[in-house]
Formats: sequence, structure tokens, C-alpha cells
Amino acid sequence: MLDNLAVLSIAPVFNIQLLLDGLFIGAIFALAAYGLALVWGVMNVKNLAQGDYVIMGGYIAYSLGQIGVHPILGLPVAFVGMFAFGWIVYVLIIRRVIERDLFTSLLATFGIAIVVQQVLNQIYGPEVRTADAGLEVRTIIGGQVTVADIRIVSFVLAAALAASLILFMKRSRMGQAIRATAQDARAAKIMGIDTDRVYAFTYALNAAICGAAGVLISMIWVIQPFFGITHSIRSFVIVTAAGFGNLPGVIMAGLGLGLAEQYSGFVLGAEFQQATVVGLLVLVLVIRQIQQGRQRQVVQ
Amino acid sequence: MSGNATQNLLHGAILVAGIAAPFLFPNYSFQLALLWIMILFALTWDILGGQMGYNSLGNILFFGAGMYACTVVQIGLYYDVGAYTSAFGAVKVDFTPDQYFTGLFLGIAVAALLSMVLAVLFGWIVFGLRGPYFAIGTLGVAIAAGELISAWEWVGAGGGISLPTYPGEPDARANFFYFLCMASAVATFAFLKWLYSTRFKLAINAIRDDEEKAEAMGIHTTRYKTVAWTIAAFFLGISGALFGNMTGFIEPLEVAFPTVTFGIFMVLMVLLGGKGTLWGPVLGAALFHLIKEVTWTHLLGWQWVALGLLIIVNVVYFQQGILGWARDRWPELFGIRVEDRQAKAGVGQAEAAE
Repeated sequence: MLDNLAVLSIAPVFNIQLLLDGLFIGAIFALAAYGLALVWGVMNVKNLAQGDYVIMGGYIAYSLGQIGVHPILGLPVAFVGMFAFGWIVYVLIIRRVIERDLFTSLLATFGIAIVVQQVLNQIYGPEVRTADAGLEVRTIIGGQVTVADIRIVSFVLAAALAASLILFMKRSRMGQAIRATAQDARAAKIMGIDTDRVYAFTYALNAAICGAAGVLISMIWVIQPFFGITHSIRSFVIVTAAGFGNLPGVIMAGLGLGLAEQYSGFVLGAEFQQATVVGLLVLVLVIRQIQQGRQRQVVQ
Repeated sequence: MSGNATQNLLHGAILVAGIAAPFLFPNYSFQLALLWIMILFALTWDILGGQMGYNSLGNILFFGAGMYACTVVQIGLYYDVGAYTSAFGAVKVDFTPDQYFTGLFLGIAVAALLSMVLAVLFGWIVFGLRGPYFAIGTLGVAIAAGELISAWEWVGAGGGISLPTYPGEPDARANFFYFLCMASAVATFAFLKWLYSTRFKLAINAIRDDEEKAEAMGIHTTRYKTVAWTIAAFFLGISGALFGNMTGFIEPLEVAFPTVTFGIFMVLMVLLGGKGTLWGPVLGAALFHLIKEVTWTHLLGWQWVALGLLIIVNVVYFQQGILGWARDRWPELFGIRVEDRQAKAGVGQAEAAE
């Protein structure tokens, strides 16, 4: 562990490698977390199946790759496919838990998560997969830092997707309706907004965002049926740290989480990666609690 | 009075059936012992989830902690734990019957105590969290515990540890652990039955119904919450110690901290039986375990999909559980006067818990 720290100080160039990798992967984390923030903020559903939708998207790209379609073309397919899937899940399950207590939605989505991961496991088996995009890997800074072209492409795609989402939420009728419902669902209803449709759209949009994030993950990293829960926890860490309705915060927290994971993976060893994510979750929750405790003191 | 007689009869019948079961079905004594552990799981989960309204997804933490604590004590009393785990398979170690039983019972005691200490420590972290944050926070703590043990070489890391072998016949071993499991589940039930007749139950029910008001009424909520969790941890620690010895080999992710199997079974069993009652978890555990053992092997890998679907259906369409449904259907059986609508919720729960 200390050896690895020493490596970082002796050869600072490794820092650049870790920074770049952290940013590339963190951008995708931020994308999935934005979907969670949307669902959480608008309909108050804590979607524990978040990470499993990401993995589903990844497998869509992987399957297309198997039949000779380039995984980048899987992006729109996954987006549309997951949108439809999200809408169906909303109609069958989520609609019935929205009005119920918070634990109900948490547990119901946990059930969805188990079903999704197990069905994927039945279809694809537990092997770790990756969708080969077939792009070059270039080396910079005298061959000491490697950057795969696909990482740059996926970073640009993630940024473009985020930008178009922001534009959609700000400009389109549906985006405005979603924001109005998030502010006050009853008032929105009185104003003639079909809130049930808005909820369905929001949930489906979240699944679509996750699906797109999953396609990017499958190209630059690995997917496996049971990796979903870690992605879910990542999204929760990011949203809890940033608070919802705070898009710049979500992006910063996402990039930060990507960096933290790369560094802990390098310094502590790869087997600590999941422990790092979960450790960060507990840390974020404790910090939140201390903040809330201080607020309560003020009220007293 | 007749209600009391029926109840005593029921208790007696269950005890007799429990004692007779391993002799009637000697081939299934492991599954039967597991049934008692499942009942213990459901009962302890319901202390927080049903009575206090704090839905934990990470109670399995104490199960795993107890398992590892007991194992380390059992081995550590007579051997160097680090050497034992690293020499796994290469060195044959023997425990005399004396050493074995001393280690086991001391280990169970340490497991229970350590779990209680952990509950107090983690209670400080997680009890400031409300609702879904609590559920996710506890889930996180349990997953983190499994990951950390997986990286801890001294206790065998991901490779696991094999436990000392029982000095005696396999049949005697099976019965020995069966009765230990049964005793711990019965003790849990008896203790909770007593506990739910005290003011403690009223206090944690008040926390469930409205925590702010409970606090305003002078209930020291944090203390009650921590004590409730510590009670759950005590019994879960014991169950972990027993389960580890029953399987004979433990490892962190599948056996000690199975968050998505045992950890979620707890919740599901309570919801199935009816949460917030004393008999609901028992009923739910028995039913779930029975269905699971009978159907599991016939589903050929799709059983986990079925489990997920069961969770969804249970949570979305049938959340009141069997006892909750029965209480709505035949309120008189639970001592609820139908015209007295106000009293229904409160009295119903008190009566059903009797």
C-alpha cells in the first residue's frame, strides 16, 4: 500500500493516468446518478434497480456486438429499448408504490433488481464481458500514459447526452411538466398536467439514461450480471452527496467518485474497489447526519 | 381464559413437534435446524422493521460477525489463528471433545457479545438516518463488512476457514446443532413475547408511529433504538455462530454476509407473515422456508428470479401479510370489536402480539 503511494510521488505521471481514467469513468457514473436524482426528486422513488438498468444497457450493446453491430450503434437501441422497458415497469409496479411509504418503493425496486440480475445471469452466464468497440489505444507523454480512443469517444457521448438532457428539461413541454410536477405535484395536476404520464415518462427516461450509460460502461469497462448493485450504490453515493435538483453537484460528485475509485484501486488494490464505494456511502451518510444533527440543534 | 388455554396448547404442540422432528425425519435435520434459524431471523428483523418502523437491509451484519467471532474464538483458544488459516488443508488439526465444547460455547458467548458491541457502534452511525437512508445505510454497512473480511488475510480472507470437526457421530452432530438452533429460536420468541408485554414495546411503537412526537413526549428515542438493535444483534450473533458450525466451512460473501439471500429473506418472511406481530414472522418464516425447500431444486436456476418476483408481488400487492390480512378479514378472532373503528389499529396489534 505504501509502496504504491511511493510510486505516485516518484512517478507523478501515473497521477495523470489515474486522473484521466477517473474522469472518463466518473462521467458515466454521473450520467446514471442524474437519472436517479430525476426519479428521486420528481416521484420520490428510490430506485435500487438503477445499477441493474445500467448493466442491462451494457448487455444490449454486447449482444449487438455479437451479431456484428458496432456497440456505439447500440447506444440509441439501448436508449429506446430501456425507455420502453422502464415504461412497462412503471405501469406494472412503480405506479402502485408511488403513494406508499418509502420503504415499499425501495423494496419493490430491490425485487426488480434481483429479477433483472438473475435473468441476465440465466441468459449470459456469470462471466465478465466487454463490448469490443475496435478503436485504437494511443499513448501520450512519451508512452507512459495510455488513452484508449473509445474512452474519449464515450466521454464526449456522455457529455453530449447530459447536455441534451439539460436542454430537454429546460426547453421541451415534457421537461417543463416534469419540473413542475417535481415542485408541487398537486399544483401541477390542477394546472392540467397529467402527472401519471409525467411519472411514467420520468421513470422511463431514467431507465433510458441508465441504458445509455450501460452501453458506454460496456465499451470502456466490464459488465457482469451482478455488478448492478455496485452501480446502484454509486448512484446513491453521488445523489446523497450532491442532493437532487443540483445538476452541477451531481456531475462534480460523479467525477469525484470516479477519481476516488481509481486512486483507491491503485493504492489499496483492486479488490478494495467495492469496499471503497460502500465506505464512501457510509461516510457520506454520516456527514449528512452530522449536518442534520446541527440543524436540529438550531431548531431546539 | 380459553384463549390462554388454546395458546398454551399451541406452544406445547409446537415444542413437542420441534423435539420430535429430527427423530422422525433424520435426513432433513439440517433443513429443520435452518427453519429455526429462519424463524429467529424473522423475529429479530421484526423488532426494528415491524415494531419500530426502521427497515434494516443490513441485519445480516450481525449474523456474519457472530459467525466469524465464534470461529476465531474456537480456533484461537488452542491454535494461532493466522497460522491455521494460512495452512488451510496442509495441517490436520484435532480438537479434543473438551477443547471443542469449551471453544464452541465460549465462541457463542463472544459472538453474541461482539454483535451487541457492533450494534451499539453502528447504531451511532445509522440511527440518525431516517427511512430509506437507514435502509441503504445498513445495506452499505453489511456489504462493506463482507468486503473487508474478504480482504483480511488473518481470518482466511476470501478463501474462508474450515471449522473444527465435531467430536462424535454425524447423527449426534446433527441433533446437537438442531437442538441448539431450536433452543435459540425458542429463547428469542420467549424473550420477545415478554419484551412486547412491557413499556418497551409501547415506546418503540411510538417511534414507529411518529418519532418526533415520541421524542417530544420524553422518550429517549436514540437509546430505545440502540437497545432494540442490540437485542436483535444478540440473537443474530448466536444464530451466526451456530450456522457457521453447522456448515463446517465459512467464507465471507456467500456464507457469512449473504446480503441478497438470508439478508433479504428476513424482510420477505416478515412481510409474508405480517409485520408488527409476534406470530407473523414465525408463520412467514415457516411458510417461506417450506415453499423454498420444496420448490427450489425444481426451478433449475430460475429460483432467484422467482424470489425477486415473490418480493415484488408481496410488497406491491400483499404488504399486510397473512396475519394482517386475517386480522382485516376476521377481526373478532383477534379480539377486535368491529364497531370500534378507532381502536382497531392499536388494539389489533396488541392483541395479535399476545
